[in-house]
Amino acid sequence: MTDAPRPIIQIQNVSKRFGKVTAVDNVSLDIMAGEFFVLLGPSGCGKTTLLRMIAGFELPTEGHILIDGQDMAGIPPNKRPVNMVFQSYAVFPHMSVADNVAYGLKIAGVRGGEVKDRVAEALELVKLGGFEDRMPDQMSGGQRQRVALARSLIMRPKVLLLDEPLSALDAKLRAQMQFELADLQDQVGITFVTVTHDQDEALSMASRIAVINKGDVAQLAGPSDLYEYPANRFVADFVGSVNIFEGKLTLDEPDRAAVDCPGLGRVYLNHGVTGPHGADVWVALRPEKIYLHVPGEGKAVRAAAQDAPEGHNFARGTIKGMSYLGDITLYDIELESGARLRVSRPNLSRHDQEDFTWDDKVSMHWRADSPVVLLG
Amino acid sequence: MAEQDWKANKRVFAAVSVPTLLWTLLFFVIPMAIVWFYSFGENRGLTEIEFSGTLENYKRATEFLYLSIFGKSFAVAALVTLICLIVGFPVAMAITFASEKWRPWLLLGIMLPFWTNLLIRTYALMMLLGTQGFANKGLGALWDGASWLKTLVGMQPLPTWEPVQLLFNNFAVVFGLVYVHLPFMVLPLYAALDRLDRSLIEASLDLGAGHFRTIMRIVVPLAAPGIVAGVMITLIPALGAYLTPDLMGGTDSQMIANVIERQFKKANDWPFGAALSFILIYAMFILIALQSMRRKVPEAR
Repeated sequence: MTDAPRPIIQIQNVSKRFGKVTAVDNVSLDIMAGEFFVLLGPSGCGKTTLLRMIAGFELPTEGHILIDGQDMAGIPPNKRPVNMVFQSYAVFPHMSVADNVAYGLKIAGVRGGEVKDRVAEALELVKLGGFEDRMPDQMSGGQRQRVALARSLIMRPKVLLLDEPLSALDAKLRAQMQFELADLQDQVGITFVTVTHDQDEALSMASRIAVINKGDVAQLAGPSDLYEYPANRFVADFVGSVNIFEGKLTLDEPDRAAVDCPGLGRVYLNHGVTGPHGADVWVALRPEKIYLHVPGEGKAVRAAAQDAPEGHNFARGTIKGMSYLGDITLYDIELESGARLRVSRPNLSRHDQEDFTWDDKVSMHWRADSPVVLLG
Repeated sequence: MAEQDWKANKRVFAAVSVPTLLWTLLFFVIPMAIVWFYSFGENRGLTEIEFSGTLENYKRATEFLYLSIFGKSFAVAALVTLICLIVGFPVAMAITFASEKWRPWLLLGIMLPFWTNLLIRTYALMMLLGTQGFANKGLGALWDGASWLKTLVGMQPLPTWEPVQLLFNNFAVVFGLVYVHLPFMVLPLYAALDRLDRSLIEASLDLGAGHFRTIMRIVVPLAAPGIVAGVMITLIPALGAYLTPDLMGGTDSQMIANVIERQFKKANDWPFGAALSFILIYAMFILIALQSMRRKVPEAR
């Protein structure tokens, strides 16, 4: 993209209250033109309410929503330059596929051959060419969703809103549609705003993700930043799986830091944290970033240190649980402090999972840049 | 699964269904069969009816006088059904889209008349519409008010208020039948609208349609089964209405049920009354058959 990013949707201090319940709490964020933007959060966090406010089905209690620079206050859904793909797809059951897709065009006053051409074009785009005369009840869920997509895309909206677009599909189809949706967005160049509670979906499709918690934006970042540099415990825990230990920041210099965790011992980092000295902090450590080893000989602490490469953190423990998932195996390890640590290990060869079993003593180590120190 | 369960458990099925079947047989099928036989019979004396297999009663029923009453009954019932549909649809929509808190109360309001005897409701309506009723008094008060206003600005007062004849005519019959049958229309419509996926309505709005177009192109077609059910459930009892035309109608507004009643009572011509009754029943059968045929068409496509 050569142009400077231009905000297509501006959400300014928007709150939404239903009676005494605050669904969206003073949210401000900009969505850029051409982006694949994902609102990610647990159910009931207010992400769908936010999407419905953009579409115009809910009105903000406070704040403003601007689409392409224009304030949407007082503009009903049928006059907004956005279209929505509903969670239930909302394909009109009494109309053929062609009539469904042409619905908005006909209302917009487009007539005759142009309708037919554009319907064919839209169906081709979602790989449903030749399905014009089918009725919705003769189609699978995945096909109905494509009809809903074509019906919205044919309107050439400035923004396409998708409410949990993949939640009703089975796992295989979902993985396929994740790629297809990303491709489609690339192809049509329309801004997509998607709501989902599924972190895999968000990470795989989004250019940027806003994690929503209790009506507020917990973090706004790209997929890898979100995963590798979570801003707080909620994001670290919600996106991916993570071990979190409470501790005190005891060393904080520009090139190194240390956190004393009652559960995990002293954790060293090879970068500064710039947090207040002695503050209560949390250390987040992803299960896949921990190396697992058969321990060497000798006394526990020293031996563990010997097992670990130079500059790595280390710990020792006992395997208390295993869960074989095919591609990886998850280990639940009891540390010498009594705390539990979850470690995942790829099964690189067919016999990898036989290396460790229940009640085995193991050594663990991880790089000094792997733990994330969270202040909140 | 559920279907197989009762099929496997024949005794349970029998225990549940036999009492109802017996009741229906004893108090519905047998009396109807007797009336059906009467329709092919002839009067012999005051209380005796001979089953002679004659078609004379049906032949008489096709005389112009009776055909015109049949036709009029159909016209009145159709008009009542149409008014009920036009009035009932917005009511059903209002209930469907009312808040959770209000919906049970609105539904109660629709069902409340069922808890009152039809006769009492009809008399209450008559009091409302009578020449000394609230409707006329209200109109009279408005008239007097207008007259007073005219004198206030120095104009001639209006002539004295003459009460409008709202009762004992065809208007009263239609009005009364609409009043009685409206809940029958609203409830099936509400049931159909309540099942409607709200996101279909939102999708229509989202695609640029206004509210009116959304109702005409999405809500009405999808509520069609409810509309058909409401029409049938209103049309059939309206067609056989007896009490309302009897009490609220004039001399020219009798419907077929009033004619039938007269055959069984004053005229003491049971065979002819039976024939008229069965013509009405056949007509209803045809209506129901048409409805079920209409339902099969989309499935065949």
